Amino acid sequence: MSDIKYLPGKEPHPSEHRLIFKNIDRAGWDTSIDTYIADGGYEQLKKAFTMEPSAITNEVKASGLRGRGGAGFPTGVKWGFIPPNNTKPVYLICNCDESEPGTFKDRYIVHQDPHQLIEGMVISAFAVGAKTAFIYMREEFPEAALTIERAIEEARAKNLVGKDILGSGFDLEIWVHRGAAAYICGEETGLIESLEGKRPYPRIKPPYFPAALGLYMAPTIVNNVESLCHVKHIIEMGGSEYAKLGVERNTGTRILCVSGDVKNPGYYEVQVGKITMGELLNDICGGPKDGRKFKAVIPGGSSSKILRCEEVFKIGKGDDAKDLTFWDIPMDFDTLAACGTMAGSGGVIVLDDSRKMSWVLNNINHFYAHESCGQCTPCREGNGWMKKISDRIVNGLAAPEDIQTLEDVAYQIDGKTICAFGEASSWPVEAIISKFRDELTAETSEDNQRLSKEQLQREAYLTK
Amino acid sequence: MSQDILENSVASQPSPGDKNFKPFEASTEIETLADERIAHYPVSKLSAVLPLLHIVQHHFGFISKESITWVAEKLEIEKIKVLSVVTFYPAFRQSAPGKFHYRVCRTLSCAMAGSHELMDNICEITNIDRTKLSHHHPIVVSPCGNYSVEFAECLASCGSAPACLVNDDFHDNVGPEKAQALIDQYSV
Repeated sequence: MSDIKYLPGKEPHPSEHRLIFKNIDRAGWDTSIDTYIADGGYEQLKKAFTMEPSAITNEVKASGLRGRGGAGFPTGVKWGFIPPNNTKPVYLICNCDESEPGTFKDRYIVHQDPHQLIEGMVISAFAVGAKTAFIYMREEFPEAALTIERAIEEARAKNLVGKDILGSGFDLEIWVHRGAAAYICGEETGLIESLEGKRPYPRIKPPYFPAALGLYMAPTIVNNVESLCHVKHIIEMGGSEYAKLGVERNTGTRILCVSGDVKNPGYYEVQVGKITMGELLNDICGGPKDGRKFKAVIPGGSSSKILRCEEVFKIGKGDDAKDLTFWDIPMDFDTLAACGTMAGSGGVIVLDDSRKMSWVLNNINHFYAHESCGQCTPCREGNGWMKKISDRIVNGLAAPEDIQTLEDVAYQIDGKTICAFGEASSWPVEAIISKFRDELTAETSEDNQRLSKEQLQREAYLTK
Repeated sequence: MSQDILENSVASQPSPGDKNFKPFEASTEIETLADERIAHYPVSKLSAVLPLLHIVQHHFGFISKESITWVAEKLEIEKIKVLSVVTFYPAFRQSAPGKFHYRVCRTLSCAMAGSHELMDNICEITNIDRTKLSHHHPIVVSPCGNYSVEFAECLASCGSAPACLVNDDFHDNVGPEKAQALIDQYSV
């Protein structure tokens, strides 16, 4: 790895471990298959064809790889959900709808290193028995759609995609399917509905787990771009060797995407759990902007619950119980969950003391109100309502009880919807109110109470 | 009566951007491109509705009434199924944008970096009435028809905010002060 040079100004930070992002910003690199093969590309595919498909799945299970799209569900376990006596065709879908606010990693893979994804997909399709694969590409990546299609054709010309790949007897077609700017298509069942040509209204799970009833109601594996790339590296080093990276139950590397009020925002690939929040924000990202102090961080994309920088978390149980300060939180899945938030998609949004939380909340509420598919009444109506309340707060037209109403509405959505968008849209409201209630209330005024003249008359005795 | 409602829903509104695009025509080229895409979905032709709409919008700028009819006939589905998809997805527009369509990200990290000010500046330079942008009118076209603006949601480039798309070109690190340069880059 030491002979790899990166473009000036884009060298990885010393704390990084470039596995998936090895070729991002690499000097002398391009997206052609010749460059990829000269660098050892598609050797892992050849190795995979010497293995039984079930052995590949076992390596992925042994690696402990957890989905990198946001849910962090063990990938090998998901692959194992395909019904054992299945006779329907199996589909593999690469979820390239990267739209979680704060996340920017799949973009670089599909624009700069398409063959890594294709190799990962062919290996994965072979493992799960899929003969047709789709890459669901968000509409706002038009160049990537062309780049990937060009790469697929290059691979086809070298018998790496298509019929009887490398004489293995395995056939696989990969098609790019462009979306049309809807965040809900990142939800795996919404994506499937969209691929079927309909409005992307998600399906309820159970029973519509894609591995059982997915695309065209056939077994379908939906994986994130980054997750599929990890599969290639798992084949290269073996599952147990891969599991040595990162920490227990939180293995491998992940790409952290830091944005907002830091000196050096950007993408950083690190071993899961080996970097703390303090190391990430202060060492890797250069600390806050001049004259500013860190205030709060949204650690896993806008759907994750916000953390205050001065918080101390009580984690663990019994003898393992301990206090953990914000700065000491390791960037893994389990600890962040224990702190009441989630690692999600790795989108770390940093807020300093110049930011008003009401403005932040309002910006997020507008996003979710816009992106709600409208299928479930609590989400459709609730998100619109929450947006109107936070609009009022930001414009100085809110009354103190509006904060309580906003919180109540959020809890009426949370857990009461067909898909996790309900949680995604309500958690930011719940967390920001819970942790910044006083700051929000200070922006409200009793003068804004909206009571009718009659009601004011009726209640006048209360203030006598 | 319901036929009128359907006709009103598929109809496109006139726009200053109309001059930028040829009227929809199902030429041999369009039919060939469509057939290529339909072949990717042997199980269900309905799956090809998004790819066909992308072909239409790429060549003709927006989804017209005639193109909705063509897509429906090509895929042997009812027009309402095409309309259902056109009206749901933000990427599809039923009236003409400007020759250069600016989509500025409005979501948190870009907003923190000044994307709303960038939008203000773009609108001022191109003589677009910023106040007309709303939930029901997400795209506003300049009176001259050469420019149009729209807010996009997170474009997945938060570390190099603000981000925007001009037609199919991606731009990042576009601070509000770069609005003029961004306009000048695209000569009419």
